[in-house]
Amino acid sequence: MKMNGGSALVKALEDVGVEVVFGYPGGVALPIFDALYDSKTLRNVLPRHEQAAVHMADGYARVTGKAAAVIVTSGPGATNTITGIANAYMDSIPMVVFTAQVATPVLGTDAFQESDITGITLPITKHNYLVKDANELVDVIAEAFHIATTGRPGPVLIDVPADVSKHEIEYKWPESVNLPGYKPTYRGHAKQIKQAVALIAKARKPLLYAGGGVLGSGAWKELKELAEFMQLPVVATLMGKGAFPEDHHLSLGMPGMHGAKYANYAITETDLLIAVGVRFDDRVTGKLAAFASKAKVIHVDIDPAEIGKNKAVDVPIVGDAKSVLAEMVAELRKANAEPRTDAWLRVIDDWRARFPFHYHAHEGVVMPQYVVERVRELSKDRPTVICTEVGQNQMWACQYTQLREPRTWVSSGGLGTMGFGLPAAIGAQIGRPGHLVVDIAGDGSIQMNSQEMATAAIEKLPVKVVLLNNGYLGMVRQWQELFYDHRYASSTLAQDCPDYVKLADAYGWLGLRVTDPADVDAALLKAFDHDGPAIIDFRVAREECVYPMVAPGGSIAEMLGGIAGGPVSEMLDGELLEEVWE
Amino acid sequence: MQNKHTLSVLVENKPGVLTRVTSLFARRGFNIDSLAVGVTEDPSLSRITIVVGGNDTSLEQVAKQLHKLINVIKIQDLDPKEMVDRELVLYKVNAPADRRHEIIEIANVFRTKIVDVGKSTLTIEATGAGDKLSAMEDLLRVYGIKELARTGKIALSRGLRDSS
Repeated sequence: MKMNGGSALVKALEDVGVEVVFGYPGGVALPIFDALYDSKTLRNVLPRHEQAAVHMADGYARVTGKAAAVIVTSGPGATNTITGIANAYMDSIPMVVFTAQVATPVLGTDAFQESDITGITLPITKHNYLVKDANELVDVIAEAFHIATTGRPGPVLIDVPADVSKHEIEYKWPESVNLPGYKPTYRGHAKQIKQAVALIAKARKPLLYAGGGVLGSGAWKELKELAEFMQLPVVATLMGKGAFPEDHHLSLGMPGMHGAKYANYAITETDLLIAVGVRFDDRVTGKLAAFASKAKVIHVDIDPAEIGKNKAVDVPIVGDAKSVLAEMVAELRKANAEPRTDAWLRVIDDWRARFPFHYHAHEGVVMPQYVVERVRELSKDRPTVICTEVGQNQMWACQYTQLREPRTWVSSGGLGTMGFGLPAAIGAQIGRPGHLVVDIAGDGSIQMNSQEMATAAIEKLPVKVVLLNNGYLGMVRQWQELFYDHRYASSTLAQDCPDYVKLADAYGWLGLRVTDPADVDAALLKAFDHDGPAIIDFRVAREECVYPMVAPGGSIAEMLGGIAGGPVSEMLDGELLEEVWE
Repeated sequence: MQNKHTLSVLVENKPGVLTRVTSLFARRGFNIDSLAVGVTEDPSLSRITIVVGGNDTSLEQVAKQLHKLINVIKIQDLDPKEMVDRELVLYKVNAPADRRHEIIEIANVFRTKIVDVGKSTLTIEATGAGDKLSAMEDLLRVYGIKELARTGKIALSRGLRDSS
């Protein structure tokens, strides 16, 4: 079938099974958009900024597991995608970003709206392409989606010069892709798995440490099966939130800098850390030398470069979490292994009872943690996706929500991108149209992409922004309070500027303001039941800090704030531990 | 432990691949001592030979990261005892008529070739392992080296020894 490059690009997206395109046109992208105009199956969403387009594709991928396409023009259109791409790369989110480019005869001449986008995105893409021959375009698209969605997922960029998208070619979808240098390992090494299983069977204080890889691989069933079969407690990282049901008695929630004390104590005391799809990020580990220092470590990851990168590993297993966990369970069943964690779970339950997340309520003041708690309670009976911005709002969302389903959590992990939440929530709403999609937001972060309120309104996407408005860059202010002698340099915003209710009005959103804790429930319910997008401006306690907290570079066994408790060594003198060490 | 490593990286012969490989070293904080690239017996593949210093763990990490590049097919960290390696150097040396024969003598001793004779210079082409070339360079320095060009090291692992 003869067609031009732009039409071939659109047909290739249809053939690869893409459902939605987040696209922002411009000069040299017009041949592609002209073809998109005719597509019967692709939903084309027009954001208000190219960065937001990428975050939308990101949010969509996190809730569906599917790669969306982003299409933008050359030059500034392309460079505006950088933060979004870097964010997806850090969190291993699949997507394919198409950037239009100036025509090949003028490439490298500093032509109008030219930028070397493949050069710029080299370190933040899983792979990228500059297509100079229109005849290669379709094969490249097939490769790009294959690369983005297999192995350790990630963003792939394709730069398409204007003459390539105008050139007439013969369309043929390739039957297979040929990438001699790309063969991800899915099956774990049998001997390594046996070795891991032997350790799991005899461990007295084992701990599962689950991350984004569990969600990426779709391994939540297998994770739960392993945890339940051997009665292993589970900590899940910010990226792995939702991979294990948080209302489960074996769930310890999030570890790390603002994690649960009991999660961090469990890591400190465990004798066998079973790490699955994690990368031992510094926000989790704190001081590496003190992290799980009493434990043997099993590390399962599809990316061999993650194994041993930060933490020395006793049993490395390169493979897909789903396949490896399933094999582990099968081996344990074959060996008639039995749980031995009774005493260990009692120690953990004791910690859990003594060191829960905790904040002090003040009369008449809306506490941000309280708002998140109410979001959790009032959304219990509805299928819900929780998105977050970045900063204090994100940490409170981690601490006080309780997710029971995988892929219902959308938060910028590795890059910590302010401005992520709203566009990601829009993408998530497109991926899960029947869900209540809530963006737990801060007033700093929301302003970085608030123009997307227009996209939500026009696309009729009923996202709900729960704005914890404290008039500060809250996390920055918290660090300045704790480590910079209360000198709030450049971190003070204004609670009443902009006026979020008027802003909502301007965009055709429902806008509500809450200044009294007694009104929290009514406002949340009104927003949740509203059939369009809504924002609630919660005027929260201005100088509230996120606790507990591990000081930067400190050991995760030593946490500031929350209920006073001694370092872990003191707490472990009790008789409970005697039983563990019997 | 700090060590010199010779990495032999087999890559797809496509535009931009060298940039992908070298920028990865820069990003991870490694300084490349020498680099040589050329097409192999299969024209669709190139071999990049990289000499790099660094501690063994971080080098292992770089090798793993290299492996993740889609265009990289194979990486070998060559064992110095089990490889053959060569560099090529061109020396343009000051050679006044009365000292010319001395320089030619040195070139002969090192089994190298004179490839250009100018009015006041000689250009010598030398191949070999690094220490031989350095020794020769020391001797030529006495006459004054006007210009020097040196390729990166190329290397292959040795063939399997005959077991009979």
